[in-house]
Amino acid sequence: MAASREAAPGTVTAAAFGVGGLFVVGALISIFIAAGTHDAVMAFHATLFILFFVLGIFAIGKRHFDAQERTPEPPARDGINYHDGPIRVATIASLFWGIAGFLAGLYIALELAFPGLNFDLAFLNFGRLRPLHTSAVIFAFGGNALIATSLYVVQRTCKTRLAGDLAPWFIVWGYQLFIVLAATGYLLGVTQGKEYAEPEWYVDLWLTIVWVTYLIVFLATLARRKEPHIYVANWFYLAFIVTIAMLHLVNNAAVPVSLTSPKSYIIWSGVQDALIQWWYGHNAVGFFLTAGFLGMMYYFVPKRAERPVYSYRLSIVHFWALIFLYIWAGPHHLHYTALPDWAQTLGMTFSIMLWMPSWGGMINGLMTLSGAWDKLRTDPVIRMLVVSIAFYGMSTFEGPVMSIKAVNSLSHYTDWTIGHVHSGALGWVGFVTFGAIYCLVPWLWNRKQLYSLALVNWHFWIATLGIVLYITAMWVSGILQGLMWRAYDSLGFLEYSFVETVEAMHPFYVIRAMGGGLFLIGALIMAYNVYMTIRGHVREGEAMEPAPAGDGQLAAVGAK
Amino acid sequence: MTNTPHTDDVTGVDTTGHQWDDIRELNNPLPKWWVYSFYACIVWSVIYWIVMPAWPIFMNGAWTYTGGVIGYDQRVVVEDDIAEVTAGRQVYIDQITAQELPTIQQNAELMEVALAGGRAAFGDNCAPCHGSGAQGSSGFPNLNDDDWIWGGTVDDIHVTLRHGIRWEADDDTRFNEMPRYLADEILTADQVNDVVDYVLTLSGTAEMTDASTRGATIFAQECTACHMEGGIGNHELGAPNLADAIWLYGGDRAAVYESVANARAGQMPAWGDRLDPATVKQLALYVHSLGGGE
Repeated sequence: MAASREAAPGTVTAAAFGVGGLFVVGALISIFIAAGTHDAVMAFHATLFILFFVLGIFAIGKRHFDAQERTPEPPARDGINYHDGPIRVATIASLFWGIAGFLAGLYIALELAFPGLNFDLAFLNFGRLRPLHTSAVIFAFGGNALIATSLYVVQRTCKTRLAGDLAPWFIVWGYQLFIVLAATGYLLGVTQGKEYAEPEWYVDLWLTIVWVTYLIVFLATLARRKEPHIYVANWFYLAFIVTIAMLHLVNNAAVPVSLTSPKSYIIWSGVQDALIQWWYGHNAVGFFLTAGFLGMMYYFVPKRAERPVYSYRLSIVHFWALIFLYIWAGPHHLHYTALPDWAQTLGMTFSIMLWMPSWGGMINGLMTLSGAWDKLRTDPVIRMLVVSIAFYGMSTFEGPVMSIKAVNSLSHYTDWTIGHVHSGALGWVGFVTFGAIYCLVPWLWNRKQLYSLALVNWHFWIATLGIVLYITAMWVSGILQGLMWRAYDSLGFLEYSFVETVEAMHPFYVIRAMGGGLFLIGALIMAYNVYMTIRGHVREGEAMEPAPAGDGQLAAVGAK
Repeated sequence: MTNTPHTDDVTGVDTTGHQWDDIRELNNPLPKWWVYSFYACIVWSVIYWIVMPAWPIFMNGAWTYTGGVIGYDQRVVVEDDIAEVTAGRQVYIDQITAQELPTIQQNAELMEVALAGGRAAFGDNCAPCHGSGAQGSSGFPNLNDDDWIWGGTVDDIHVTLRHGIRWEADDDTRFNEMPRYLADEILTADQVNDVVDYVLTLSGTAEMTDASTRGATIFAQECTACHMEGGIGNHELGAPNLADAIWLYGGDRAAVYESVANARAGQMPAWGDRLDPATVKQLALYVHSLGGGE
């Protein structure tokens, strides 16, 4: 640590030369692949890699000369020179990809209601846009939000600068390259066809490099902490980073056809492949969308409410219970399939046992507000965070219910599942991220306050209305669909053909698209608000007393 | 930054003394209802494990699993369910398989089963092209009207269903091939235009003109062999009736021109090797019942 402090941040060190050298090697490999491949998409992706490495080398050089000329940023109020540049990039990236992902979602929702909207163009086909939507919101919007907040929170709660100087930059920009490779791959038809793990082998390898760097930076920062204990938010972030690494490696174990072909074959097969896929898929929900965002909640809720966390003991018990139980729940995605009965039983029972550990986070989040409930009236950011916890509680109850085989036989493959996912994704993940970003932006750009709390309020109500339209439409259409599929006449023949059930969904698909549209409008309002905040503006008539500030500026909470 | 516990003003609860970036933690116990609900879920799961197949175990040198005390097996349940439905229906299915279609049509009880089964099979197999109401669409005939290309008796429909149309995998498939009059340079573009003008007069869509009079001569030479004089069509050859104002690919001038110039040659799969004989028969009876059966 001492060594990196002595050199002005940004000047080229031996490590930077090493990184530059690796980038040169990376560029050469990419040139070799671009020249050798017969596949247009592979050539395009190799070109993107070349661009990334060349721009990276220039950026390292430019950073060196800039650092020599410019006086370094003054340390934060608590005297620590936090490394926030990459966090700013990831915060903006999260918002940018979020809007792209919501837009893609709205478009495919409209395609389901009005199929003609694919205009017979391959890249506008539902099959290609759907993974674009899911990956954009989970990995690009959610992933960038997790990277931004985890790197912010780990520095503040360890009272130390991030480990590594270039490494955090590499994590953030390397992750953006992963997103672009994945997204353009889907549109151009390159996929390995595993849900939420669609990118092909070379994109998976790249993500592995980025993710391992992320893990090392996070661990090394924890190791150099100035606080005696590790804060609960960091346990959740670490569980998220470690488990995603493991899931990613096992589920994507594949043999490429050749080094210059985008096609690969997964080494698992049959029902084992299916089980590993859903072990991965469900734990992407558990460790990406639950554990990671609980880490976010555990920092931003007490910080914004200026209240202590409700129960330390509960945080320990629910953390370990959640981590232990979640990893078993995947088989509930394969009820009534070729998966053996015993595996279905385990998947279901572990999902039921997971209910209370999930709710531990909800209790700790909501009860942290005790003594500060009045802020729900005055602070729309708190309102957003609290409603996100409420949606978290609702979807972590709905999940175990849907994992029960009797319920699942009705709900599986229907829109009910889509509604369930979106009450989690829009309500929990979306709102907790919006709340965190509304807190984070003034702190990261040293602004006294957001441009406008009134706009946050608009965002909150428009998006909430959107979510309600979305999930109620999906409940109705999902249950209707499930009942129509299983309806028999007196002679034992199916009452409805599949086409008739599709036709019956139409009005609900239109309502769902309206809900998605409202959610997107809310996000656009947020983007404007964030942009004006970064520009340093305050909306007329909204100047106020300083909001809770970051960097240890906050008055000691509840202390005498 | 003191790390000693103190009492929180609002709740009167002690903190743990930990402090991170001014975040503290209260030392509240686990909520009782939470703990008991968690225990209840665990107890319920353990009971479920005893009752149902649950844990893989290594026994007598091989991997197996605990079967549960009620001996539940999902495959057996499905097999039993299917067997039960099949058994209830078998007496009718056997009769439908054995009897001639016109004979079945005389039997009200059998027809009830055949029409219900035909409707279900139609929805899952035929509706994607012919529409869920059998109303058809461009290139896929409407099955409710009385215009039949390959014949509309129940036996004709049954043959079409079993062997398909222009379905090369089936040796007995319904097959014909209209020449591509313009593409294969059998007629000139002017001649094709004349024929189209004449064809449109057959259904009363156009008046006779000089052009259609010329077209009538060409029609007599080139088309009547299949479409017959006056364009009334021929079921034996699968030649559509051109005089009834019902069109498979649209009756506007451009669509008819396209049919004459480049021909169409639509296909239907042979269902005889996809569905069991009783189901194909039920489909034939159902389609025949839709309104236009001959």
